[in-house]
Amino acid sequence: MAENKHSLLKLITNGIFSENPVFKLALSLCPAVAVTTSVKNGFLMGVAVLFVMTMVNITVSIFRKLINPKVRIPAYILIIATYVSITDMVMAAYARSAYKEMGLYIQLIVVFAIIISRAELFASKNRVVPSAVDGFGMGLGFLGALVLVGAVREFAGKGSLAGISIIGANPILMMVLPAGGFFAIGLLMGLFNWIEVKYFGGTGGSPGGGHGGH
Amino acid sequence: MFKDLGTIFIASAIINNFVFSRYLGLCIFFGVSKRMETAVGMSMTFTSVMVISAALSWLVYNLVMLPVHLGFLKIIVFIGIVAGFVQAADTILKKTNPVLYHKLGIYLVLITTNCIILAVPVINADEKYTFMQSLTLGLGSGAGFSLALIIMASIREKLELANVPKPFQGMPIAFIVTGLIALAFMGFSGMITM
Repeated sequence: MAENKHSLLKLITNGIFSENPVFKLALSLCPAVAVTTSVKNGFLMGVAVLFVMTMVNITVSIFRKLINPKVRIPAYILIIATYVSITDMVMAAYARSAYKEMGLYIQLIVVFAIIISRAELFASKNRVVPSAVDGFGMGLGFLGALVLVGAVREFAGKGSLAGISIIGANPILMMVLPAGGFFAIGLLMGLFNWIEVKYFGGTGGSPGGGHGGH
Repeated sequence: MFKDLGTIFIASAIINNFVFSRYLGLCIFFGVSKRMETAVGMSMTFTSVMVISAALSWLVYNLVMLPVHLGFLKIIVFIGIVAGFVQAADTILKKTNPVLYHKLGIYLVLITTNCIILAVPVINADEKYTFMQSLTLGLGSGAGFSLALIIMASIREKLELANVPKPFQGMPIAFIVTGLIALAFMGFSGMITM
């Protein structure tokens, strides 16, 4: 049991650090650039993905023996689309203003490579509890990455954090504009690689498959 | 009417370029922009799939789903249409034109789960476009994506020879280059007010 707990904890940290969906696997980048103009938007998007991912992993894991391998991809997409529709409607009802800004990207969660790759690589082969934890950990890593990018861009672009003004001026307005998102992610990715090479002796590459997937 | 369509085309191809100002299709964008040849093949496949899936999903959404008030199922239906159509195109192409299939086949499989393809029907439905407007949006977005891919591919071929600091090799430098292009594309904003 102790070992089991240890491995569950490992699954969570795996999603947050060593296989961080955004910085290490470079998957599902579109929303990571699109909605991260502020901490709040990044957080909402992250929570939406966290929910969808955990539920998809649980559902796929429950039905893993019933789904014929030949039709598994359409089946996964159908499961994902169901949860995305739920999220979409809930967001539209309870978070009006944020939904106006990022509604399109919420609907596009359905094609996030990170969700389908976890369903395929993990949930389809494992039992319910580890799958749920894996989805939760990966979702948490995604949430953390979005909040981090959102914080960097909001601070640099508007001089505030989570809506609270700190500097009182717009230091680098460009960072909240479209182009800034690419700079922020590029620089943060470089930083992650640098830290890994410098302090952990890694090669800077990612161990898992699916690198640079669609 | 033609002025209207022209506006949609220019807006979707350049001002609201899918890659540089709407951030869609980034995974494919970074994945296949390493070589010019693949970039060209990919952009042709994408543009045609985008136009056809825009037409198909417009027909289904406006003629079937709206009359029976099933609009809330649009995400599931759209992805079904795209997946089904791509699968069909894959099979038909394999039988009728094996040469073209060998060139484009690998990209076709990648297309199904790509946000840029799904975004076109979703935007069409949200903006309540007419049939011709939907087709134009598909065509314009495809043209914009092709433009982005080809620009990026030509830069990355040069970038191979550049001396990039180690932590920035690969993806990080690609992101920063994209940021610079996006900065240039910002100059187009405000050209047409939508």
